Amino acid sequence: MAKTEKKAPAGNKIGNLAIDNTFTPVTYDPQYILMVNKLKKYFPIKGGMVSKTVGYVRAVDGITFNLKRGTTMGLVGESGCGKTTAGRTILRLSGDKTGGQVLFNGQEVYDLSPKEMRAMRTKMQIIFQDPFSSLSPRLPVGEIIGEAVREHNLVPKDQFDDYIDQVMDNCGLQPFHKDRYPHEFSGGQRQRICIARALALNPEFVVCDEPVSALDVSIQAQIINLLRELQEKYNLTYLFISHDLSVVEHISDTVGVMYLGNLVEYGATADIFRNPLHPYTKALFSAIPIPDPGAKMSRIVLEGSIPSPANPPSGCKFHTRCANCMERCKVEAPEQKEIEPGHFVVCHLYDK
Amino acid sequence: MAKKKAEGYLSGREARRISKENRRITNEFEKQRKRKNVPESEYLTQMRDPNNTVEFDNLHTYFFTDAGTVKAVDGVSFDVPIGKTVGVVGESGCGKSVTSLSLMQLLQRPQGQVVEGAIRLNLGDKAYDVTKMPNEKMQNLRGNFMSMIFQEPMTSLNPVFRIGDQVDEVIALHHGEGKTKEQIAERTIELLEMVGIANSRGVYKMYPHELSGGMRQRVMIAMALACSPRLIIADEPTTALDVTIQAQVLDLLRSLKDKINSSIMFITHDLGVIAEMADYVVVMYAGRVVEKGTVEEIFHNPAHPYTIGLMASKPVVGKQVDKLYSIPGKVPNPINMPNYCYFKDRCEMCVAGCEGEYPHEISLSPTHKVTCYRYYDKTDKGGDR
Ligand SMILES: Nc1ncnc2c1ncn2[C@@H]1O[C@H](COP(=O)(O)OP(=O)(O)OP(=O)(O)O)[C@@H](O)[C@H]1O
Ligand SMILES: Nc1ncnc2c1ncn2[C@@H]1O[C@H](COP(=O)(O)OP(=O)(O)OP(=O)(O)O)[C@@H](O)[C@H]1O
Ligand code: SF4
Ligand SMILES: [Mg+2]
Ligand SMILES: [Mg+2]
Repeated sequence: MAKTEKKAPAGNKIGNLAIDNTFTPVTYDPQYILMVNKLKKYFPIKGGMVSKTVGYVRAVDGITFNLKRGTTMGLVGESGCGKTTAGRTILRLSGDKTGGQVLFNGQEVYDLSPKEMRAMRTKMQIIFQDPFSSLSPRLPVGEIIGEAVREHNLVPKDQFDDYIDQVMDNCGLQPFHKDRYPHEFSGGQRQRICIARALALNPEFVVCDEPVSALDVSIQAQIINLLRELQEKYNLTYLFISHDLSVVEHISDTVGVMYLGNLVEYGATADIFRNPLHPYTKALFSAIPIPDPGAKMSRIVLEGSIPSPANPPSGCKFHTRCANCMERCKVEAPEQKEIEPGHFVVCHLYDK
Repeated sequence: MAKKKAEGYLSGREARRISKENRRITNEFEKQRKRKNVPESEYLTQMRDPNNTVEFDNLHTYFFTDAGTVKAVDGVSFDVPIGKTVGVVGESGCGKSVTSLSLMQLLQRPQGQVVEGAIRLNLGDKAYDVTKMPNEKMQNLRGNFMSMIFQEPMTSLNPVFRIGDQVDEVIALHHGEGKTKEQIAERTIELLEMVGIANSRGVYKMYPHELSGGMRQRVMIAMALACSPRLIIADEPTTALDVTIQAQVLDLLRSLKDKINSSIMFITHDLGVIAEMADYVVVMYAGRVVEKGTVEEIFHNPAHPYTIGLMASKPVVGKQVDKLYSIPGKVPNPINMPNYCYFKDRCEMCVAGCEGEYPHEISLSPTHKVTCYRYYDKTDKGGDR
């Protein structure tokens, strides 16, 4: 990654290979635990016989938001639009970033030495989307959950067992689960193991990537209530990625809507749900399934095929599928505008 | 160790005894299964109703683990009618996936075994009992007659092969005769586009770890639909998809169903999706069916306290509550099930009879069945609750 970046310096190459890396650095504002500024993460596409970089998957293409301590930001958007990549890049879990800033407690995460980063890891945790591939098949569950706790000496030795039991109990796991191996669990049980592992470390900030989508609604409710309780008790901050909009509405203070690597709308949860502005957000909300077999849906069907992040459309990236598309949308990328206090949208419909 | 024994921990000696006993039992099953040239008459059977594609009849699937026998599925009966969608919901860990894996004969062996009951499969001109079928015979049905969309895509996509090669292989295996490599590749790309994958030609050359969660899930769906199966088992097929793509995938499933009159067994936690897709709903709890009925009956007239609790737990868009309702208590240990109603310890609606043995099935209507003491005095006509 680093090598290809050198070959393609800031914005002065033609075609696919140019990376525009210009941004105005932000200054630290202590009310925010996390400040993300024009963050970019591109994955190189290799091609040809010699595996030359022929282009990039622009998974995260310049997103900006700030997160207040003790709050939850919901992140929603089309499958493949870059939510997981955004979460992982913020936590520095997928190599180098391509551009932008990530300030955690005012500290640029990508400036930390490996040793500092290891210490930081206990404070920033992630609950992975795919529980199975993130659990070691050779360790019993008690060990999986306790491993890092022991490594970082977070609780005294004589309290260790009780502590792990307590964490497991909080996440709906029972003592008899402790000696079993991951493959002996159902999908939802494995998800709870991931949640327990992350929460056992007493983190300050947790990226929750689809943490409850594999759970039945009752356990879902239990986990969500637990996340909220912990938040109140320890002033935790969450970035909550989910496709379940009713869950997002319930748990989040603010919501960000992503489309093809960009944040297209951002604001307080109530504002977003009461008054969605971006045409993509509107289409998304119209497709929420209603738990009533008689319900009539009036879905806004998105026409056109889904564009590729390797070759995004010009102008507004949504213009190929937008019902309100105007001429200028095709050529000019819209800027972020504040429509009501704290409610931002990136769309030409709101140009004055 | 001794101190903890009471909570279900085992002594080394006990564990060794269990493990030896397990091996004896599973060897017996495996020997049966691995026989060559099993005569068809052994697994030929009759459907109870020829309008069903699948009939689960008193299915018991156990895992023989070193900690004891996990009764993952403990007497499950329900039907999947031809051309209909049956939604299966229930507590996480209640045996939904194990039920479907039993049907596909894809249980983790040797510890996972169907120990009792039948799964009757309607092949049109004849019917087979899956639990008695030999491996080789089963292989012909998987992918052709029926296919499964697995809950966790990463467990069934091979991480070291490119996406395109993996989908190509499925097509070549079942529908490959007379097709060139290029034609197969074209078909793969067409399928990837059908499930809404952008840049399908690029994705064709990618490895599973390079895809997002939802893209992997859609690759799985494409593979499952490649051969237009008559029976689709979809285990949480849309959990990683946003609602717009979910709607697209649901439409795709529906149109396939209508086109060739396929049946779908649809496992999901999303009650909204069930309401939209299912004709019938089966509610499972701790390895058993506690309620089943048409989708209207289950949503408008939920009878079992677990179903009622489930409906109450769901957050609804536009309805803010401080704390979500969640059913109190925990599922019983599947190694050590109580001998009364499995839900009793968590039930907020207990009546006098609940201490008795596990309740039997009560008919509230010809289609609506519930296993709960609250309905023991209801006549078998139902409707008037
Ligand atoms: N390691 C990688 N190499 C190449 N491309 C990648 C890699 N990881 C992700 N991508 C691409 O980046 C894009 C965004 O992926 P990401 O996993 O962030 O999506 P997502 O929003 O989390 O989607 P989902 O809701 O389906 O999980 C996708 O197009 C994906 O193919
Ligand atoms: N290989 C195994 N060995 C031992 N126990 C197992 C094994 N596989 C599953 N189980 C147990 O069987 C029970 C049922 O599991 P199953 O995967 O069917 O649940 P599920 O209903 O699909 O749940 P979810 O909604 O969480 O996916 C669980 O209690 C699980 O722990
Ligand atoms: S900028 Fe134009 S194309 Fe983009 S969402 Fe707004 S109206 Fe649609
Ligand atoms: Mg993701
Ligand atoms: Mg399952």
